[in-house]
Amino acid sequence: MLGAGYFGPFGGRFVAETLVPALEELDRARQDVLPTPAFQGELHELLRSYVGRPTPLTEAKRLARRIDPDGDAIAELLLKREDLCHTGAHKINNALGQLLLAKAMGKTRIIAETGAGQHGVATATAAALLGLPCEVYQGALDMERQAPNVARMRLLGARVVPVESGSRTLKDAMNEALRDWVTNVRTTYYCVGSAAGPHPYPTLVASLQRIIGDEARASCLDRGALPDAVVACVGGGSNAIGIFKAFEGDTSVSLYGVEAAGLGLDTDKHAATLSRGRVGVLHGAKTYVLCDDAGQVIEAHSVSAGLDYPGVGPEHARLRDTGRATYVSATDTEALDAAREVARAEGIVVALETAHAFAALGAIARREAEARGRPARMLVCLSGRGDKDLDTITAYGGGK
Amino acid sequence: MHRIDQRFVELRRAGRKALCVYLCVGDPSLEASGFLALEAIDAGADLLELGVPFSDPTADGPTLARAAQRAIAAGATLERVLDVASRVRARSEVPLVLFTYYNPVLVVGEAKVARLARAAGVDALLVVDLPPEEAAPLRDACAAEGLGVVPLVSPTSHAARIEAIRRASTPLDGAPRAFVYSISMTGVTGASPSDLAAAARDAEGMRRAFDRPVLVGFGIDSGASAKLAAGEVSGGADGVVVGTALARRIEQAASGDEQRRAVRTFVGELRRALDLPD
Ligand SMILES: Cc1ncc(COP(=O)(O)O)c(C=O)c1O
Repeated sequence: MLGAGYFGPFGGRFVAETLVPALEELDRARQDVLPTPAFQGELHELLRSYVGRPTPLTEAKRLARRIDPDGDAIAELLLKREDLCHTGAHKINNALGQLLLAKAMGKTRIIAETGAGQHGVATATAAALLGLPCEVYQGALDMERQAPNVARMRLLGARVVPVESGSRTLKDAMNEALRDWVTNVRTTYYCVGSAAGPHPYPTLVASLQRIIGDEARASCLDRGALPDAVVACVGGGSNAIGIFKAFEGDTSVSLYGVEAAGLGLDTDKHAATLSRGRVGVLHGAKTYVLCDDAGQVIEAHSVSAGLDYPGVGPEHARLRDTGRATYVSATDTEALDAAREVARAEGIVVALETAHAFAALGAIARREAEARGRPARMLVCLSGRGDKDLDTITAYGGGK
Repeated sequence: MHRIDQRFVELRRAGRKALCVYLCVGDPSLEASGFLALEAIDAGADLLELGVPFSDPTADGPTLARAAQRAIAAGATLERVLDVASRVRARSEVPLVLFTYYNPVLVVGEAKVARLARAAGVDALLVVDLPPEEAAPLRDACAAEGLGVVPLVSPTSHAARIEAIRRASTPLDGAPRAFVYSISMTGVTGASPSDLAAAARDAEGMRRAFDRPVLVGFGIDSGASAKLAAGEVSGGADGVVVGTALARRIEQAASGDEQRRAVRTFVGELRRALDLPD
């Protein structure tokens, strides 16, 4: 019999014994506190008055025509605007919910890991709002390539701890956050930034992010129809699971996750865990992992720090294996080109993570249109804005 | 009786505390680890934990994380660590515990790992990130080969949790009883010890709860702290596990000869301290 927190054969709780009681305590709070009217009331008021929810759906007509000039593939292109959330990405939905929970649990110190820095900024923001001290672990490479977010976290009063081990990216930041947590577990709340990690995090994060899909689905129905396909980028998988959840039961709706193919799937420099990984255990969950025959985790690569991770949330592993969702990938250059396309066509500077979803959009729409015998209604999760990536995009030539 | 259980019976009969020495195998090289293991046995180690280096050792502090990086660079894998185990086994009857993170076991395959471990003369596995709730398949695979799986308890394990661990880790038919690993503090390996005397007292309670030998580990870095963590001769823990402090000495030694001398000297110091009367 499998333990708690499984999605088919994936998930579980693979951590040092010291953390098991803390995860049990968190799971109890998730079940006993999170659903109460008082908690939900406070969270939703903050999501409305502080985060700026609900976020709009934007119809992207010019971008649709640039991707699909003849109109054969795309009937309608809708963008769920998580970039308009306070702090500029979907990460705040999760951070605010978890920190309210931390407060209810009586925790007095917050830690988090971050890759792109969006989760770090979101956690630092929620910590400032709730008056909690906060430390964020970030790979040293990511601190360089996402410097504006490091400055924001510091301005918000968080301590940013550089992580020099391994690939100096998100994986290593999560290792270091887990080491901190195991040391300070009695007082500290670990705010995990994606729908990954040991149970109950994948379930908890998905339940806080599903507001993306719930709102988007209601907006689509207001406009008259469900989309044919929903597209989101996948790092650990939180924005994707957040938008997928609401559509999972709609059998007419195809779900697509886009992973980072880095320099290419056939190189050893990518982060396409679901496309190229194998079943393993990383950071407390059984899921797909990029690792070698001996079980050593391989360092991922992506131009986008938020997708540069050799694991993925366990619920995506199940959605992949059951076929309910399809996972494709986009390379670094495809994403950089897409970021420029979206900026020129729609006046929106998207995060490089999000740009991967746009990079794969044309191929996905053609596939859907072919299967359906008509142009498809497409919904994309625009997970975040790209101010943090200006240096990378400009250096590539996107500013030309 | 299984070799590892026999060892605890003998130690108890002699009124001695067990000294379990952890080595990160492959640091500095696979060949050197074999020699260092034999050196530790000569100097008085009663059991060895042979560590499989892992790329993402989240339960380890900087010293053992660096040792793992060196070992991986030197080509250490789970299967090569088992080659070292069989070389040690050819020279000694000391109980051997394969210490690993779960991913290498899962990727190589639980049944295969158990089979290879038995062939190499290993007595039990200890998987740091595999709580008993997740360990049933590995326990079955190990029991089929006559191997144990060592459970861990931590200062955060409350009474109900200890009972759950006890139940889920009850030795299966054919498997040794082995021991229970009691973590002395909340933290990663190599952090400075907190209250080792309290850890020894907790271990005594744990021994009553589990009715199995209990070894205390984490933060033991000298003869004096080993003695403190082991507790009184008549009570306390059944012994101690020492890892980081030895890895640090191996790291700081300038040559292979010096490494062997460092292991001999330090393990000897631990041995003498543990054998002192109260
Ligand atoms: C804007 C944005 N989108 C997506 C991601 C990827 O994370 P996830 O897959 O959890 O949504 C990140 C992570 O940093 C991000 O900042």
